[in-house]
This record gives sequence, C-alpha cells and structure tokens, in this order.
Amino acid sequence: MKPDPKTVLTGTHFLKGNDAVCEGAISAGCNFVAGYPITPSTDIIERISKRFPFTGGTFIQMEDELSSSIAVSGAVWGGAKAMTVTSGPGFSLMMENIGYAAMTETPCVFVDVQRGGPSTGLPTLPGQADMMQARWGSHGDYQIIALCPESPQECYDLTIKAFNLSEEYRVPVLLMTDECVGHMSERVVIPPADEIELSPRRYTTLPPSEFHLFRPGKDLVPDMIKAGDGYHVHVSGLTHDEHGRPVITPECQDALVRRLVNKIRQNEPKIRMVEEDIPDDSDVILVSYGISSRIVFLVRELARKEGIKAGIIRPIVVWPFPEEVFRKAAKKSRPFVVVEMNMGQIVYEVERCAAGQAKTYLVPHAGGTVHNPEDILKIIREAVK
Amino acid sequence: MSKWEIKIAGFGGQGVVLAGAILGKAAAIYDKKYAALTHSYGPEARGGSCSAQVIVGDEKISFPYVIAPDIMVLMSQEAFDKYAREIKLDGKIIVEKNLVNYPADFPRSVYSIPATRMAEEMGSRIVLNLVMLGYMTAVSGIISPEAMRESIKASVPKGTEYLNILAFDKGFDFGKE
Repeated sequence: MKPDPKTVLTGTHFLKGNDAVCEGAISAGCNFVAGYPITPSTDIIERISKRFPFTGGTFIQMEDELSSSIAVSGAVWGGAKAMTVTSGPGFSLMMENIGYAAMTETPCVFVDVQRGGPSTGLPTLPGQADMMQARWGSHGDYQIIALCPESPQECYDLTIKAFNLSEEYRVPVLLMTDECVGHMSERVVIPPADEIELSPRRYTTLPPSEFHLFRPGKDLVPDMIKAGDGYHVHVSGLTHDEHGRPVITPECQDALVRRLVNKIRQNEPKIRMVEEDIPDDSDVILVSYGISSRIVFLVRELARKEGIKAGIIRPIVVWPFPEEVFRKAAKKSRPFVVVEMNMGQIVYEVERCAAGQAKTYLVPHAGGTVHNPEDILKIIREAVK
Repeated sequence: MSKWEIKIAGFGGQGVVLAGAILGKAAAIYDKKYAALTHSYGPEARGGSCSAQVIVGDEKISFPYVIAPDIMVLMSQEAFDKYAREIKLDGKIIVEKNLVNYPADFPRSVYSIPATRMAEEMGSRIVLNLVMLGYMTAVSGIISPEAMRESIKASVPKGTEYLNILAFDKGFDFGKE
C-alpha cells in the first residue's frame, strides 16, 4: 500500500525532528491526531494542525492527555489511523490508555518527546528516563513496541515504521524521541510516495456470521473491523474471549494475556531493528539509543585515538528488547558500556542478557543535555583496564 | 574531515534562529554538506537573549552542540559579554558595530559591520540578520554565497525574497571589500 502522493512532501528539507515526526505521520496515512500541548512536543501538533486541513485529517485539541489518548482508540475503531503526542507528565497521564490500546489490540501511535523528569522536571531540556515507563507504565502484563530515533531523518522514517508495526501487530507503538532530537534541524529526505511502503490495516474478509474479533491468525494477531461495517462486536478492556465478551476467569485471562505478550515476543526477530558494528578486535562494546548514540559515535573516534577499539550496538527498536543480539555479543566477554540519559534503565536489560558473561558499565546522566564525551571515555578506560 | 562550529546570538526578534536556519539549510541542502542546527528553547520573549548554533561538516555531525565556535555572529552587547570568550583561538567574531562595544585589545579577531544602519538604508531594519549573514559568508568562506541565496529564497516569507537577498548581498560585498 502506498500513501496518497498529494499528502507527501517529497523532496529534500531542513527540518526539526518534531516537524519530521509530523511529516512521517502524514506520509503514513495518519488522519486523526488528538493532543494536548506540552513542551517540548507542542510543535508536532502545531504543524499537524496546519497540515491536516490540506491532507484531509482531523486534529482535536482535547482537554487533557487522558482524553487525547482515549480519543485515539475511539478514532481507530472508527477506521482512522491515529496518533497522540506528548511529553513527560502528559505521558504519565496516558499510561492507562496505553494499557487499554494494548488490551483491545488497537493499532495506534504514541509519541513521547522525552524531557527531564521526574514530575514537571525540565520542560525545555532533553531526557531519556521514560524508557522503562514506556515498557511497564500501564498496569498489568502486556507488550508494546518502542522506537528511538537519533536524528530528524529517523524521526520521519521511524514514525512511518511505527504506524506500520502498529498495523501489523495490532499494538500501540511508542515513538520515544527527546527534546534534543525534536528541536534539532537537519537534512530530511522525504521520498516519492510510490517509494513508501505502508502496512494496511488487517481488516477481515470473513462475513459477520463467521467473524470473531479476537480470534488470532498464525502470527497470534487477530483481524479487525471498523464501526459501521455491519459487524456486531464488543471491544472491552475487561479480560475477553475470542468474541470480545468479558470472561472473568483465570483460564480466559491466561489465554488472552499469554497471546498479547507472545504476539510481540514471538515476532521479535521480525520487529528487530539494531545498528550493530562490532569488529572482531573490539575491546569494549558501547550501547546507546536515540540522541545518546550520536555522542557515542564521537566517543568511539576519541577512544580509537587512545588505542581502545570500541564496537557499537544501537537498538533502534528498544522494545521488544533485542535480547539475542546482546546474548551473542556477551559471549566474547567484552565489557558493555551503556550510555543513556537517565540513572540506569536499559542497562538492566543489557546486564540481564549479558548474564554474567560480560561486565556491564553504565554512564548515567540525570538529563538536561547530552553526555560529556569525557565522562563516557572515563568509564570506557575503566572498563578495558 | 572538516568541521565548523558557528554560533549566532542576539536578542529575540532579531531573526537569530531564522539566520541559523538559513545557514543550516544552505549547507545541508544547497552545498550538499552536513549541518545540524540547535537553538535556544525556553520561555524567552521578544527582547530576551537568543542563540542559534550550527555545525557544518563534510561528514555526519555526531555531537550536535557547539563546544568552541570557529565563527560567532553576535548582535547584542549581552551576547558578546556572554559568549565571546568561547571562541576558538583562531576563530572569528562578527559583531554589529552599533550594538556591540568590544575592548580594543580583545585577544581574538573581531570583524565589525554597521549592519543596522545598512539595513535601515534599505528601508527595513528587520533585514539586519541577513546583512550579518552576508558579511559572515564573505568573512568565513564556509558556505557558498550561491547556496545562501537559494536558502534565503526558500526560507523567508513570500514577497520579501528580493529585499532579503539585497540585504545579504550588501553584507557580502562589505565583507569582500
């Protein structure tokens, strides 16, 4: 499936990451955005509100983040491709409805332009401390997909990817960007519409009499309908059977939750996006994602000047975590140095996958700006001692 | 690999961020180099301090913030007092003559241009930032003037292209003299 060429701004642009997210969403066919302005994500919905009148989309400024995030689910069941955009405190408010979207298998995109926290924290400055919240923030067991762009170009590309993954797996997909990437301008190439591949919604071909709203296919993902198609369906956040009817039993809970989790876990190798460059003679492996990975590329050059050879692993899809990549890398016992703009989140995943085979070091940062390269070098020197 | 760090600073309303965007776009799109622009972001209002940082290079920019600028364009006294000392040893500071007083024995190269007066002579003080950009383009040699003119055309409001390019050329010619 290709996007409508009239909506795609094909060409070479000099765009902020936030603007690139907006264009990525439009290229992906997004036609509904509900949002509540919050720094540093506001310019995404500002641009959406200017662009949508020309692309046929609907933008609603809601009264808060709770309503924004649930309006997205409503719009999707009405047939729209929908997204909401927020940051920090707004992301906290959206947690309940991320769980609802996961439980009802509603394909949608949540964008979190991460700022320094906790609480109101640093509204205008970057952070990467919402990564575990993205994974575990809503109550109960579920799986989501989360992507971390490191540049405006990736903001564009990964927003399209986020929509595609949400459709393929019927799951909320979280685009975890940050203030630095969001407000940095760089060259962004937007390809012609016929070079953009979009995953269509998995609408059923079965007649109403044979259709079950939550009966999965081989990949554990069920097909969908939209309101008005003539199907009688029940969409509920309660534990439900294949018809969508609430069934409050441990057996039904086991079947449903196991599938919600496994449809992502089992398909992780297909969802996986990792930038990996680990020469055989590497002394250390630098792990980072999003904006921090750019600093790591600089540090890798600086380390080389000191005679330290560093490999790189950059998860682009951070959730589900690419465990296999890290397990494999840990086998040669080279230390991992994890660089993230928080006091330690993804480092625990790395440590878990290293399973004692390789030492794991963290370069913590409370947020507000990117890492000082020298702070990373210090830990690298310690790690290779 | 060549890499240049450029900082533009002044007060809100002078077109500091637009100047950075024009410069970045010229480098990234029309000169086919790599460029990353960041700018001050916060609860500043018109009249408050404002800065834009552009890094231009032959390869992808890894560290997106300016550490020690090669070129500075300073359009207010506050900006000069705050930032001038960050300049590299062999860096060049470009100032607006009537807005910035600097000590005669300032230990770095300072280039001064009466850009406000030149802009007023063209009938609009608002193009001050373009005069500064023209002068910077001539003094620094980092970006081609052709790329800058293309970028200006693509960046300024419709109908103001002629005036803006005229302002750029005035500044550029002043720098070439």
